[in-house]
Amino acid sequence: MKLPVSASESFVEFAGIQKTYDGEVLVVKDLNLRIRRGEFLTLLGPSGSGKTTTLMMLAGFETPTVGNIMLDGERIDAVPPEKRDIGMVFQNYALFPHMSVAQNVGFPLKVRGVSKAETAQRVARALDMVELGKFATRMPGQLSGGQQQRVALARALVFEPKLVLMDEPLGALDKQLREHMQIEIRHLHERLGITVVYVTHDQSEALTMSDRVAVFNAGIIQQIAPPAELYESPENSFVAQFIGENNRLPGRIESASGTLCTVKLANGSTVAATLTRAAGVGDACLLSVRPERVKIAPAAGAVDNLFEANVAELIYLGDHLRVRCVLDSGAEVVVKVGNAEDRPVLDVGTRIPLGWRAQDCRALDAA
Amino acid sequence: MAVTTADGVAGIQPEDKTSLKTKLKRAERINRVRSLSLVAPLLIFILAVFVLPIALMLIRSVQNTEVRSAMPATLAALDGWDGVATPGEPVFAALAQDLVQTQKDRTTGLVGKRINYEVPGARSRFLKAGRMIDAGGTGPWKEKFLANDPEWGSVPFWAIMKRAGQTYTPYYLLTSLDLRQDASGAVMKNFDDQSIFLDIFTRTIWISLLVTLATLVLGYPVAHLLAILPPKHANVLMILVLLPFTTSILVRTTSWIVLLQSNGVLNDILLALHITSERVQLIFNRFGTVLAMTHIQLPFTILPIYSVMKSIPATHVRAARSLGAGPLTAFVSVYMPQTLPGVGAGCLLTFILSLGYYITPALVGGPQDQMVSYFVALYTNREMNWGQASALGAILLLITLALYAVFNRFVGIDKVKLG
Repeated sequence: MKLPVSASESFVEFAGIQKTYDGEVLVVKDLNLRIRRGEFLTLLGPSGSGKTTTLMMLAGFETPTVGNIMLDGERIDAVPPEKRDIGMVFQNYALFPHMSVAQNVGFPLKVRGVSKAETAQRVARALDMVELGKFATRMPGQLSGGQQQRVALARALVFEPKLVLMDEPLGALDKQLREHMQIEIRHLHERLGITVVYVTHDQSEALTMSDRVAVFNAGIIQQIAPPAELYESPENSFVAQFIGENNRLPGRIESASGTLCTVKLANGSTVAATLTRAAGVGDACLLSVRPERVKIAPAAGAVDNLFEANVAELIYLGDHLRVRCVLDSGAEVVVKVGNAEDRPVLDVGTRIPLGWRAQDCRALDAA
Repeated sequence: MAVTTADGVAGIQPEDKTSLKTKLKRAERINRVRSLSLVAPLLIFILAVFVLPIALMLIRSVQNTEVRSAMPATLAALDGWDGVATPGEPVFAALAQDLVQTQKDRTTGLVGKRINYEVPGARSRFLKAGRMIDAGGTGPWKEKFLANDPEWGSVPFWAIMKRAGQTYTPYYLLTSLDLRQDASGAVMKNFDDQSIFLDIFTRTIWISLLVTLATLVLGYPVAHLLAILPPKHANVLMILVLLPFTTSILVRTTSWIVLLQSNGVLNDILLALHITSERVQLIFNRFGTVLAMTHIQLPFTILPIYSVMKSIPATHVRAARSLGAGPLTAFVSVYMPQTLPGVGAGCLLTFILSLGYYITPALVGGPQDQMVSYFVALYTNREMNWGQASALGAILLLITLALYAVFNRFVGIDKVKLG
């Protein structure tokens, strides 16, 4: 019986991890990451960003070139995968085709020498948990993609591992099933209180499921934060770009006061924006404004930045309308207008006033 | 037009359906004819050089026309024979009449040879009687034949003679299984000096099994290596595996003779290294046969195993490891079972091909290592006993088909693929 550990204590810790396959290119550059017990952490990033390599190092299939990994207070660099007590769900399920569903789920118990009676009991419980109790005797080939995924989940959970890793587990499912499974995995996590490290390249999946999201790019964690913070306050232009939609306006920071700053755009007009750690006074910067935060014909005093613009294109998307506007400076701004009954009447070529608040506009790095 | 019929279904009536079917047939006929004409040359080729010869072989293994066509009168006279006492004068008279004709056609020897299979010495008896007929004379013939050779009075001889007159005979097939029919037609074990075939079949199967096992033990790791190596290295290895295909079996087999013979390279090395004190017999025995055959058969075992291994995702072993299985357990309980269809296919292919080996055992084997094919060739070329050769071939074919059936039942023949 282990002593209860406070939630803030790190359960998994990557310290100064570097990884290279060929001795030339670093796939993971100086990774420092702490994962809390019971946390659902998602590693999000484009392909080749190092997120899967990170997961594989944790699982034990890759060894860090530099640095070490701690799991539950122990260094695990020299521990082979089978001794790490980590459950893993693979992208293509990796169910063993020559074993029935029950044999698949019972496999981790069998190799651990659990008695037959107990195995049967725990397998039944695990299958009930994923609502596949009736499918125990089926072969994996006879199941649908979603069912196979749930068997893989049951198999990774049945031996009550310290940690569960999931490598794009929903990538092969269609959109509707994927969204359903996202909620289901989320609920399982809440019910069982397990620690989950989840890898995906789908940003909406990351936002839906996670307690925290680590955004990877080029082998570096760009930002690690809860979903809302990640979306509302991206720390650099990669994160702003990668998570959600984003209007980008290049400029230079003229002056700053407190959390706010003044940015001069290319054509000379100035914009009031929120100062971030990514850029300082005098630096070139990229302003980031979410399309839904741009207001058309705002009430007097409601916005800090007000511009005149021409409507260049209207795209009807059912629940909302995307309006592409061109500012007088030549910059393009996309505005999301909710399809409410009082939405403004717009036509291509209409001249409209639009603007946004300084706290909705972040001055990020120009990269 | 949006008119619906009474039952609510718009449109197609039964007569429309039939006409639609006709239209479909007409539309597809031209495609059928075209595809058929494309495969026709191959189809004809296979029918002519594969199906037809096999059918002829099967027929020949039970065909028995020598006596029937040459001795019609004798067989007719034997119809009423009781099978208890030596036949009477009418039978001998008919025999004399038939012999006149066979002497003219020069077929007495053929009949004698056929009877000789079952009654040793019968050929010379017929030739002697032929010469007696040539000398002329008249009946009664019974005494003359008996005086010529008292064995003409043997009851079992006439029973065999009568049986040999049937158009089809189980004789060759029974002989191939070391069985015979006695005078009354009951099946029993063959005479010891003629019982060689079960031993030959056992030997053939045993050598094939040894070769199959050797290729599996040697080939499985190679196939695994081929499947897991990065493409650049795997390609080189693949070329090495396929290289033997580019040399003829004859050349490869004779190279083994050069390597393995008493004054050969290997013996020289063994002596020079003082591993052995005298020259070792490595060839013209079972060892040489199995070695040379294994060498030839290796790619046939490796390729099907490789192609199955290639299709097993690497994540399966990883999944097994992450679930707590050590490297060996993961390999044995997750990887190996999935390679079984390939192992089955490769072993079956090698086993069946080995069953038919002729040239390799003939060149590098001793007398005790000759397989069924050797005896098929012997009966075809030297003994001119095509019935026996066909019967051996038919039984070999039967064994092969039985193996296919078993394999198909448990693995599925569609799993067999090369590369």
